Amino acid sequence: MSINAISPDYESHIVFRDAEQNFHGNRVIYVHWEQHLSFCSAIAFPLPPAMPFGAFVEEVIKPHYAAHPDAAHVDWSKLVWMIDGEKTAPDFSKSLAENGIQHKSLVRFWTPGLDGYKSSAS
Amino acid sequence: MSAKKLGLKQRYAHMTRGLDWETSYQPMDKVFPYDSFEGIKIKDWSAWEDPFRLTMDTYWKFQAEKERKLYAVIDAFAQNNGQTGISDGRYANVLKLFLTGISPAEYQAHRGFAFAGRHLRGVGPRVAAQMQSLDELRHLQTQIHTISHYNKHFDGISEFSHMHDRVWYLSVPKSFFDDARSAGPFEYMIAIGFAFEYVLTNLLFVPFMSGAAYNGDMSTVTFGFSAQSDESRHMTLGIEVIKFLLEQHPDNLPIVQKWVDKWFWRGHRVLGLVAMMMDYMLPKPVMSWKEAWEIYYTQAGGALFQDLARYGLRPPKYADIATAEAEHISHQNWAIFYQYTHAAAFHTWIPDAKHMDWLSEKYPNTFDKYYRPRWEMWGRMAKEGKRFYNMALPQLCQTCQIPMGYTEPGDPTTIAFRSSRFRGETYHFCSDGCKDIFDAEPEKFAQSWLPVHQIFQGNCGGATIPDVLNYYRLANGADNLDYVGSPDEKLWNEWQADKLKTAV
Repeated sequence: MSINAISPDYESHIVFRDAEQNFHGNRVIYVHWEQHLSFCSAIAFPLPPAMPFGAFVEEVIKPHYAAHPDAAHVDWSKLVWMIDGEKTAPDFSKSLAENGIQHKSLVRFWTPGLDGYKSSAS
Repeated sequence: MSAKKLGLKQRYAHMTRGLDWETSYQPMDKVFPYDSFEGIKIKDWSAWEDPFRLTMDTYWKFQAEKERKLYAVIDAFAQNNGQTGISDGRYANVLKLFLTGISPAEYQAHRGFAFAGRHLRGVGPRVAAQMQSLDELRHLQTQIHTISHYNKHFDGISEFSHMHDRVWYLSVPKSFFDDARSAGPFEYMIAIGFAFEYVLTNLLFVPFMSGAAYNGDMSTVTFGFSAQSDESRHMTLGIEVIKFLLEQHPDNLPIVQKWVDKWFWRGHRVLGLVAMMMDYMLPKPVMSWKEAWEIYYTQAGGALFQDLARYGLRPPKYADIATAEAEHISHQNWAIFYQYTHAAAFHTWIPDAKHMDWLSEKYPNTFDKYYRPRWEMWGRMAKEGKRFYNMALPQLCQTCQIPMGYTEPGDPTTIAFRSSRFRGETYHFCSDGCKDIFDAEPEKFAQSWLPVHQIFQGNCGGATIPDVLNYYRLANGADNLDYVGSPDEKLWNEWQADKLKTAV
């Protein structure tokens, strides 16, 4: 135990507040559009692990980034994807879980040629 | 013949140390169970020096006198309708941020010092902590009384204590104090007494109070003066605590250093709210956050740590990163609130052309390159009737609980992502500073109550924005959204029109 606590049984009282079973069958998944910091941070969603990656793109990612003027110009077949620090080419027909997405995974994507408003990363 | 009067030193000795005793029915270790588990070694409690030598009876007299003066000014301010004399209606949002974000932290500080004032074995620090505990309670009270006058006119103020326990961004100062108060008494004294009240306090108080003075808010200025003599006593306690611990035993140094590193970084993150207030929220800005950081941290803090080097203490880890971040955090924070304005209990706005020029002048290295384009883009979108909102919830840092919107040191175009694994689960952080804090005590921070995850778990009133606003007691359409078009703005414009009529 690295924490220095007065109670010797501190460990038995830890509440793992964000354990996967607390999310009613969903996993928390974070997604971030690189070079588009108008979206101030990665955004979070509770999603079923069986959801196809293609549905994740169509139903979750696209509508939530639609407000950005660059969104209309994205070529969704030419994205660079990174899941939990590994560059990867997700299979759109397979599920999030089959694409290696765990609870609290981070999905980052780059849109080559689109670097935000006037290329300012905004 | 009149009775002989005691000297100040004798009085102090009798009224503090003379009232203490060694317990005999119970061992001292059982009476003071909290002051040994942290590993701090104290050889001689009587070596504690209190330069103020204040006794409780004198303390009451001083404070009562200050109260009389403060309430006279607050009354005068109310009778003269002082609220109509502030620089602009936008200024009221500074007070909303203060009352919801800072005032409940004063109460937490009161509780924390009450704990230290019970559980430290030495009577000198115990009495000093008790007085500071009372000070903090008084600060909360006087802040509530000062700002309650604004509550008669402006939105976003009335539910401040309810909001503090629930609203997503208020979990930042709340978790900061929860962390300090659930530590042992020595860590608490270093966290709040030294790191916050000594090293960083000027970055909190001076901006708010000089901001108030510049913007015509005389009631808050008077509160500031009333608190100032307390603050100087608190700073003395903060510096005394660190010297005392470092002089008592060499084994204390690595423990104290770890706490200084941790609480400097935590304090820096909380103060990002002040940075945003200084650079964006004051209608008449006083100085930039970057300038304040240079004066109050780089120069004053630099001198302090030079002085403490003789004990082997070095400046806080990541102080260089914090200094580099002073170019960015105010812009990044205000952008967070601008896009989540629907869930904030104060109003937001895009800085006007004159204000943007001021920011360009104050931030020649960063504003025009990275942040002006963002405001210009959002300004254009707003003009086209497409005001920019972020309609998803942000990823939060597990330690500081702020949306993970801070960028890589040296690369303002890329978000800094850091993570750790603990017992099979991933935890995310905004910075190396926050990651280190988690890695040192993962058992504690795995328990963080992260507002976004709590909403997903169904613990915040429901899944929709109106559900969550209701849970926050945040009145949709009044407390939140842009200043332009708000009831606050309407009221302010009516006051201005009345003034013109009076002038004619």
